[in-house]
Amino acid sequence: MSPADASRPKLAVFKFSSCDGCQLGLLSLEDELLALAGAVEIAYFLEATRRTVKGPYDVALVEGSITTAHDAKRIQTVRRQSKVLISIGACATAGGIQALKNFADHKAFIEAVYARPEYIETLSTSTAIADHVPVDFELRGCPVNKYQVLEVLSAFLNNRKPNLPRHSECIECKRRGTVCVMVAHGTPCLGPVTQAGCGNLCPTQTRGCYGCFGPKEGPNTRALADWMTGEMGLSPRAVGQAFRGFNAGADAFREESERHVPAHDQG
Amino acid sequence: MSDPATPQSARAVMLDVPGLDALIAALAGAGFTVIGPRLREQAIVLEPIEGRADLPAGWRDVQSPGHYRLEERADGALFGFASPPHAWKRHLHPPEVRLMRARSTGSGFEVTDSAGDHAPPRLALLGVKPCDLAAIAAQDQVFGLTPDAPEASRPDPTYAGRRRAAFIVALDCGHAAATCFCDSMGTGPAVPADGGGADLVMSEIVEGGHRFLVRPASPAGARLLDSLPEGTGRPPEAADRAAAAAVPEATRAAQRRRLDPDHRRIVADNLDHPHWSRVGERCLACANCTMVCPTCFCATVEDSTDLTGDIAERWRRWDSCFTMDFSYIHGGSIRIETASRYRQWMSHKLSSWYEQFGRSGCTGCGRCIAWCPVGIDLTEETARLAGRAPAQNAAKQDSATPTGGE
Ligand code: SF4
Ligand code: SF4
Ligand code: SF4
Repeated sequence: MSPADASRPKLAVFKFSSCDGCQLGLLSLEDELLALAGAVEIAYFLEATRRTVKGPYDVALVEGSITTAHDAKRIQTVRRQSKVLISIGACATAGGIQALKNFADHKAFIEAVYARPEYIETLSTSTAIADHVPVDFELRGCPVNKYQVLEVLSAFLNNRKPNLPRHSECIECKRRGTVCVMVAHGTPCLGPVTQAGCGNLCPTQTRGCYGCFGPKEGPNTRALADWMTGEMGLSPRAVGQAFRGFNAGADAFREESERHVPAHDQG
Repeated sequence: MSDPATPQSARAVMLDVPGLDALIAALAGAGFTVIGPRLREQAIVLEPIEGRADLPAGWRDVQSPGHYRLEERADGALFGFASPPHAWKRHLHPPEVRLMRARSTGSGFEVTDSAGDHAPPRLALLGVKPCDLAAIAAQDQVFGLTPDAPEASRPDPTYAGRRRAAFIVALDCGHAAATCFCDSMGTGPAVPADGGGADLVMSEIVEGGHRFLVRPASPAGARLLDSLPEGTGRPPEAADRAAAAAVPEATRAAQRRRLDPDHRRIVADNLDHPHWSRVGERCLACANCTMVCPTCFCATVEDSTDLTGDIAERWRRWDSCFTMDFSYIHGGSIRIETASRYRQWMSHKLSSWYEQFGRSGCTGCGRCIAWCPVGIDLTEETARLAGRAPAQNAAKQDSATPTGGE
């Protein structure tokens, strides 16, 4: 431990129910990782190092959703230990892909998947961190964008507001010069109701947006869905399933999917 | 600007199709990066081109509200398309500009790099249609480049640098899409007689032999034509001029869409009309309309630091009146309802722009209609505000005449 450690803010990274992809995003910062290690004391980050330092922590990044009673208890402890708590990724901010179980009978899933269902102890839902404890900032994405992670940490370290858009993915397309896949190819796209920030990944590959960054500010999901079932001729089921992805548990997407595909109907 | 010393009629030149390569080569030889139409992602985009082979030969677009598709055309026209998805705007008013970079000095900061330190790129814009020429003139005014501009005393350095360095080859329009309504806005389909601020004006004629009439509209344009290699092209004949003049007239005859000529008053008198909330229910507030509009100019400025706080940067990025942050002032956003954001946009384009700049903020290019993912159409919304069903636009006109039509 360097002598400067005492003065550097302590950073902790906690994992709940998740695939680790967002933490990997942090590790894939590569060039900036050394600078990060210089700016903060990495006090708890099991994906990166087994060395841990006890709390309290100045800033905690929390990945993953709450799917077990144990998670629900542990997040309370994490909150108590953390001055600033930032939830990262679709799991932590909306329940993740595993929130699909919120629309179904989770016992039936367990029985279909596990040889010994009696060993599995889980809640019937997968929920966001903010459903359990107050969260200071939510960083969207499945996975998060590493530049946004860096931006939010830089902002925190310098006492400034992070520059993170809440507007549509369409703005990313247009700034970048991507040809709109909805208008030019007739490809369904969630971009008009999805928050920007991924780096325009799918439209640049001539694919429609999957909504990985969750609902944008004031998402008009109904008007987009009406256009898809009307002008574009998509089935209600296809439209409902489009909203039931990594952010199926986000309110706006959940409500829209339920307008087209009832809960307890996974198709 | 026309060159009084050299009558333009005397210097115009007829180029055959390979002659276009000589023109592009002359522009490149003069140090310009030539930006022109080319195919990408099943659309015609305006990007750097090397030569005639890059042009979208034999393609046209079919556009309607929320819809754009390419179709082959039999006549092999190189410029036989209507408004491309992205306007020329992105080359003169770039979507993202780093305004400055600064380093902390302990007690303050020192600017280590600013946008004004860099020589602007020298761009030749090849094939600027009349609607887009009018849009460039509108942005010249917005960014303080014209004497009558509100900001004339301090033009925007980024825009001014790029615009002053640019060379414009305008094009008489030979193809209107069903979304086009330049005729009713008085911006096209013919390039204005004075050249509308272009350096060269070009007409593509396919009837009776595929060829181009190119006439100078500025001293720089005349010099460029003079620099073409000996033996390139020939002087135009009366028949060439007549064929060239017929091109935009055929396009005009095929254009069906109209914006109500009384739009300024209709919008200003109906700010409380219930129709705004009906549009607000359909509008996604996605901002596509503002991003594709060739006159929309709004940008936001974002400051950021690195992790250590030693280096800071200031960026300017395209913004839109459709975002919540746009109208955020202390305590919250002013325009919460989508209807109020749509109204803000449309009333600026069609009404308050006149008060601000003495002209319409809309050129009739039709981009906002085609590129709205849910097909919201300002000509139709204007008709509704005026209490009319928009019968004039009801028939979907898919495309217009081939270049140089009958
Ligand atoms: S491709 Fe999707 S995200 Fe991009 S502009 Fe079109 S609708 Fe919006
Ligand atoms: S308002 Fe629409 S039609 Fe008018 S100039 Fe802008 S994009 Fe073109
Ligand atoms: S009018 Fe269309 S393009 Fe413009 S913000 Fe609304 S939905 Fe988006």
